[in-house]
Amino acid sequence: MSSVADAAVPPVARAASAGALWRLMSDPMGAGGAVIVVSFVLLALFAPWVAPYDPLKLDVLNKLQGPSLAHLAGTDQLGRDTLSRLIWGSRTALGISLTATGVAGAIGLVLGLIAGYGPRWLDGALVLVFDSLSSLPMILFALAVITVLGPGTTTLILVIVLVSIPGYARLIRAQTLTLKTADFVQAERSMGASVPRILGRHLLPNVVGPLVIVLSMDVPVVIMLEAGLSYLNLGVRPPTPSWGNILYDGYNSLRQQPTLVIAAGVPLVLSTIGFTFLGEGLRDALDPRLQVRPR
Amino acid sequence: MSDPVLQVRDLSVRYGPVQAVRGVSLSAARGEVVGIVGESGCGKSTLASALIGLNPPSARATGQIAIEGRDLVAMTEAERRALRGDRVAMVFQDPMTAFNPVLTLGAQLVDFQHRAPLTKAEKRARAAAMLARVGLPDPELALTRYVHELSGGMRQRAAIAAALMMQPALLIADEPTTALDVTMEAQILHLLRELRRDHDGAIVIITHHLGVVGELCDRVYVMYAGQVVEEGTVDEIYHDPRHPYTAALISCDPAHIADRAEVLPTIPGRLPDLTDPPAGCAFAARCTLATQRCAEPPPRVVLSATHAALCHEVRP
Repeated sequence: MSSVADAAVPPVARAASAGALWRLMSDPMGAGGAVIVVSFVLLALFAPWVAPYDPLKLDVLNKLQGPSLAHLAGTDQLGRDTLSRLIWGSRTALGISLTATGVAGAIGLVLGLIAGYGPRWLDGALVLVFDSLSSLPMILFALAVITVLGPGTTTLILVIVLVSIPGYARLIRAQTLTLKTADFVQAERSMGASVPRILGRHLLPNVVGPLVIVLSMDVPVVIMLEAGLSYLNLGVRPPTPSWGNILYDGYNSLRQQPTLVIAAGVPLVLSTIGFTFLGEGLRDALDPRLQVRPR
Repeated sequence: MSDPVLQVRDLSVRYGPVQAVRGVSLSAARGEVVGIVGESGCGKSTLASALIGLNPPSARATGQIAIEGRDLVAMTEAERRALRGDRVAMVFQDPMTAFNPVLTLGAQLVDFQHRAPLTKAEKRARAAAMLARVGLPDPELALTRYVHELSGGMRQRAAIAAALMMQPALLIADEPTTALDVTMEAQILHLLRELRRDHDGAIVIITHHLGVVGELCDRVYVMYAGQVVEEGTVDEIYHDPRHPYTAALISCDPAHIADRAEVLPTIPGRLPDLTDPPAGCAFAARCTLATQRCAEPPPRVVLSATHAALCHEVRP
């Protein structure tokens, strides 16, 4: 289309246009983030083939070694290969964080649409639930749930989902509230569309863009939370490798072999940077109001 | 005249204390184009959304809106929804905002036919045929477009196509040309005039533009402060306006001013407060002919089979 037509494009319309991916990849920060994220995902998917050793295989004779050609990131206090454990740990980290944010995002999306479009009393009730959920201090709430249900991956995901739903639901609710009086929704109603049809077919594609951005920005938060809880031995149970419990092992043997702590910190920092950059890149690519340079 | 498609009797709509529409009665028969004219704030748009049962939840409607004999006011929301898009459809003022910005035109036109027992390909073909019918060049291409990729005139054509998709018995057009420039307006008027020939139903056009009414309509209802103050055929209203408000409205139409005027004529004063409308004639405060009697409710003076005015000063 001509540049004149482009100038008249409303914010939401651009979000859906196919150029978004191209814009993301042409932004160095977004592209960098995307590359890091994709590498981590590939690493996690192909962990059994990529990892040089079995992450659980003990080799006590070679414990707490520094980096060498045989063990690129050294070994831990039981002689397990740290690099292999980190690669398998990315499976844990991504598995938990992507599942948890995905589930929380989906539930938040549905609840937000219902709260925004539904009758006022339902909106009031749901907002009350969101407010009470988000008034809980995250770590304390996590500790309480873990005490009741016992530590483990499922509990971890449950806690993260419960704590993050309100944020997503509020985001979606606010957007739905502004859109529900829009002319196109009225037009749709004038054509006899049912409420599910309006919500699913017409409002959903309009509100999902910002949610994707927030979700990708939240993944590192969840990765850190998982690592933090695993570090406290409240998350993933050993011997399953997790960046958090590798960090914990490293802390215990910090005096004999500091490489372990450093090695466990690197993927945490990298993945956080990757997801944050991807989120920022997505925001710039999807939100034309932030686009400074002309296309 | 055959049975009217639309028969409104004594319709009132209130938003809390605001009485936006007060005791309106009107009808539209098959094949007829009816205009509703009035200035901003006279209740036209409230009336338009009431006709399709889409007033905001805060609105309270009383009276009767019979569409093909079925009363919209008395119906449940589910029954109203079944009627909308099937027997009644609406063309909105601004076609830019009347389409979902993130769906293609084709996706939406297919979606509008959600009740038709057709395959997706058939629905798409019908959509393309309808776009061709309203004069969109290359309808197949237009189906793949987003609304922002179409020009203003194309958008309004598409909006009209969308409303006609299910061949409704009653088509309501709320200010269909207001958002368009003059050339586009002429084209859309031409299209509507063409469509009325083969559209087997009634069309209600709501506008503040007297020119649109003159071009398109058979009969006109003039609204003021929520009431119909005069009704008649286009000829009667234009050439023999009897209510002082109608006369003033016509003399204020720039198209009627032949000579160069330093100051354009206006109607002095403003609309009465609709939270507390006057008991008598609503126009009395701005009327040059007003007398003592105008403090009492004006009678409906029948002037001919089609012509009537709500005024003390009108003589049959």
